[in-house]
Amino acid sequence: MRITQVSAFMENRPGRMLHVFNLLSEANINLVAHNIVDAADFGILHMLVDQPALAMQVLRDAGLTCRSTLVLEVTVPDEAGAFVHRVLRPLAEANVNIEYSYAYSSQCEGEARSVIKVDDLERAEQVLKGLIDG
Amino acid sequence: MIWNKERETLPRAELEALQLSLLREQVARVYESVPFYRQAFRAVGTRPEDIRSLDDLRRLPFTRKSDFRDNYPFGLLAVPRAQVVRIHASSGTTGKPTVVAYTRADMDTWREVCARNLVAAGVTADDTVQIAMAYGLFTGGLGWHDGSEHIGAAVVPMSSGNTKRQIMLIQDFEVTVFCCTPSYAIFIAEQADEMGVDLRQTNLRIGIHGAEPWTGGMRREIHDRMGLDPIDTYGMSEIIGPGVSGECQYHCGLHINEDHFLAEIVDPKTEEPLPYGEVGELVVTTVTKEALPVIRYRTGDITRLNPAPCACGRTLARMDKVRGRTDDMLIVRGVNVFPSQIETVLLQVEGMLPHYVIAVDRERGAMDDLEVWVEVSEEMFTDNIARLKTLRERAEYEMRETLGIQARVKLVEPNSIERSMGKAKRVIDRRELYAPQKPA
Repeated sequence: MRITQVSAFMENRPGRMLHVFNLLSEANINLVAHNIVDAADFGILHMLVDQPALAMQVLRDAGLTCRSTLVLEVTVPDEAGAFVHRVLRPLAEANVNIEYSYAYSSQCEGEARSVIKVDDLERAEQVLKGLIDG
Repeated sequence: MIWNKERETLPRAELEALQLSLLREQVARVYESVPFYRQAFRAVGTRPEDIRSLDDLRRLPFTRKSDFRDNYPFGLLAVPRAQVVRIHASSGTTGKPTVVAYTRADMDTWREVCARNLVAAGVTADDTVQIAMAYGLFTGGLGWHDGSEHIGAAVVPMSSGNTKRQIMLIQDFEVTVFCCTPSYAIFIAEQADEMGVDLRQTNLRIGIHGAEPWTGGMRREIHDRMGLDPIDTYGMSEIIGPGVSGECQYHCGLHINEDHFLAEIVDPKTEEPLPYGEVGELVVTTVTKEALPVIRYRTGDITRLNPAPCACGRTLARMDKVRGRTDDMLIVRGVNVFPSQIETVLLQVEGMLPHYVIAVDRERGAMDDLEVWVEVSEEMFTDNIARLKTLRERAEYEMRETLGIQARVKLVEPNSIERSMGKAKRVIDRRELYAPQKPA
């Protein structure tokens, strides 16, 4: 399903991640998953939170540059090859490019969850129909 | 040695008489042939015939770097285009470069004044001069080239860069005079160390330096590591290029070629002329230039004048080593950089405004390092790292292409750039290039 991800720009230096996560924690926002992409001197922090709109507001009020993006959350069986066969191959065959992706744990046993950011959201939804509703 | 003994040792009274007659001719000429000057003279209510003494110089209007931009490219020419034999340009305050032109007679003048500076530094016809200043639109390379040839020295036209080759030729060609920016001299010394070459064992004996500010500490370092006598020179393309003034072997100020360039010191705030010995902004009037004469050009450089005769025999007044700027112009690796130029470039890259800071640093033995820190705004921010990197590269590319400067763009978080009194501080210069000034 489509979910809202919050991204924030961060300089790559000690304490920056702490600063961002601390702001969320103080606002009682729960962090479901996160991932960092870095370019040596700066990085982008991608976050899935339980209250995206509030998180955006909190981070902006603190003077951070952030943005919300629609990403796809996909759930597959927690077994070898599942992600390859059910997600990656169909997307590749449909010529949908994955800009980035990260995995996180699911509360349900036997399930694996990932977030993927694609260049063509609608096409990806069609291709993965069934998986993303799961 | 003195290249032009007659002119360089004229008694002051005779020099001043010569200056006045040249000034009167020049003023009449620009009033006649340059609409810009005619209008500027009228605006301050001065006619050419009002100039009866050197003191009347103060009745003439100032010329500023922005006047070059406003009259780009040839609006300030005082001769028909057909008489121009050379065109040079330097970076302007924004976008358009500052254009200067020379007639055949101007080229002779330029050669002459550069030759004087070289001879004052101790260069002779027996020397081999390696020019490691940039050739091209920048006046540094070609100016010293012509001056060196004029005195009969052998010229090695290396231009800037290619450091290992520079060091090889210094050894193989038995180079005695090296001409470069002070920071490049230190860089050369550093590279020579790495190559295991002791420059003190070469034939180098004189360094001709200029185009950027430097400290006494740098002078000592160049002296100790290259085993040569570093000489300070001063010039700028708007006046002629190199050759405006230079030190003699006594190192006690830079002799101004006053029979070509009249020097005044003005208070940059009140714009009133200051007496000899007082510190203020150097203002120069060219009295012999044909193609592009300048009247009371505001150099932006802070110094003072000393008209006392020098131990070397020259009567030409000396200016102190430049001790600062009146504006925010930076000189990075010999290239003039105005924050406004960088701002213009950033404007072309979406989202890259309004908060940026320019940081210049010079690590020991390294070349100037220019960084532009840009705060990442929501307009330019995406969750895609590749796009951010592309934006950064575009900004770096634009600066290289349009300003000719190598700058590293660093993306920073909002509010991380220091703001003083609500106004962003645009420049952080950590190079400590100027000697500390006495508090006013």
